[in-house]
Order: sequence, then structure tokens, then C-alpha cells
Amino acid sequence: MSMKISTRQVDGVTIVDCSGRITLGEGSVTLRDTVREILAKGQKKILLNLADVNYIDSSGIGELVSAFTTTKNQNGELKLLKLTKKVNDLLQITKLYTVFDVKDDETAAVKSFK
Amino acid sequence: MGITEQRVSYTLDSTLQTVDSAEEKATRIATELGFSEDEVMQISMAVREAAVNAVLHGNAYAADKKVTLSFERTPENLVITICDQGAGMDLGRIPNPLAPENLLKTSGRGIFLMRSFMDVVEIRPSHTGTELKMIKHVHGPSAGDKEASQ
Repeated sequence: MSMKISTRQVDGVTIVDCSGRITLGEGSVTLRDTVREILAKGQKKILLNLADVNYIDSSGIGELVSAFTTTKNQNGELKLLKLTKKVNDLLQITKLYTVFDVKDDETAAVKSFK
Repeated sequence: MGITEQRVSYTLDSTLQTVDSAEEKATRIATELGFSEDEVMQISMAVREAAVNAVLHGNAYAADKKVTLSFERTPENLVITICDQGAGMDLGRIPNPLAPENLLKTSGRGIFLMRSFMDVVEIRPSHTGTELKMIKHVHGPSAGDKEASQ
């Protein structure tokens, strides 16, 4: 299953609903392009909803890091929402769980942005 | 690979499709051999990362270079070998992805993930490029019993 992405606005936060696989190739490129387009519109509060992401490889992990740093470098904030167990485990073993702000509840996540 | 077969190998092109194909083969074979769902995920991800290394960093997508992938079942182990025809890699130059200064790097986690998911990972130069061997021990009776009962 390839990567699918849709975006929506909630109280000034851009929520990016991702589903499928974030892997080398199409999945990573789709995520990269989406985050760049959001930032280009001046939207600096980004919440990546990964509830339906069932697989991510090292390239996908790299793309999450890239999205995080690109947003931060533009004085924005990027947070992660609803990790699946597989993605959660990967972020734990790569120690990236300490880097990302990970949320479980969408309403609380939206309110947490400055 | 059928359950009763001991070894199977594939010669694959240096393309992104090979990465997906290698992962699919690993998933199928590990499942057939009776590994648990978590172990199947670990094996298939390790093979995917190894295939990425071979296709991108080893063969650099060169059309005239091939990737060979083999799966061998022994009584104790699943042994997976991936060879490329690239210039080889200097393991000493691969940074620790868990070091604080490397955490925000966008690459360099592939070999770390392989080592996290497999019991043994050996990387060495071969006469044509780089050979990467990974071993997953067979735990419990499931795989062996399955084989014996067929």
C-alpha cells in the first residue's frame, strides 16, 4: 500500500493525515513535498497524524526528522499524533522519541501548539 | 522457498523495485518458516534496509550491477545474505545514529536497524563488492516442527 496524505485545518493547526507506508521512494517524497507546501503557505503549526501508517523504514524515519528540522528552522512546530506500535517502537529504539513531541489525543495536541 | 527447501537465491536489478521485492520475499519466507509476527516484521525490515544499502550505496542504481539475495534455513537459523557489486563501505566511517550529535541526521540508521532486529549481522568485502550476512535464530519449536510435519 502506497502512502496517502490529506491535510485539514483545526484552530490554526495543519493536521496531516498520513496512511500507508513511509518508505524510500514515493512515500518519503510525498511527505517531504506536503510539508514543504504547508510551510510555503506560511502555516507553521503542523501535526502529523500517523495513526494509519503501518510501516516506516529508515528512509521514512529520516523524512520525519527532515520534516521536524525544516519546520523548526522556519520557526515552526511539528508534532506527531497517534503512533502505531510499530512506529512507536522504531522511534524508541532510534531514540527519536525523545526528539519528537508525540501526542495521543488530537484535541489536546491542537491545544498544545503555542 | 518451500518449507522443505534449504536454500534459495535471487539475482536482482539495482532498482527501487528490488528493495520492495526483497522485503516481500523475506516476509513470505519468514512467515513460511514459522517465525512470529514480530520476528517476520523484524526480518523483512532488516532485509529491506540491506537491499537499500546494496541498491543505493553499493551499486548506486547501476544498470549493469546486480544484487544477489539468498535465504538459507539451517536447523538453528535463517541465514540471509545480500551481495552487491559496489565499491564497498568503510564501516569505521558509519557514525553511531544514537549519539546526541547524530540524532537529527536524516540518514545512517539502516545498519543500526539491521543489528537491532537480527541476531548476527556481518559485513565484509567480497571479490565483487560487499557481502552482508544476517542471521535470525529460530526460537521455539514452530519452524522446526512445521518442517518435520510436512
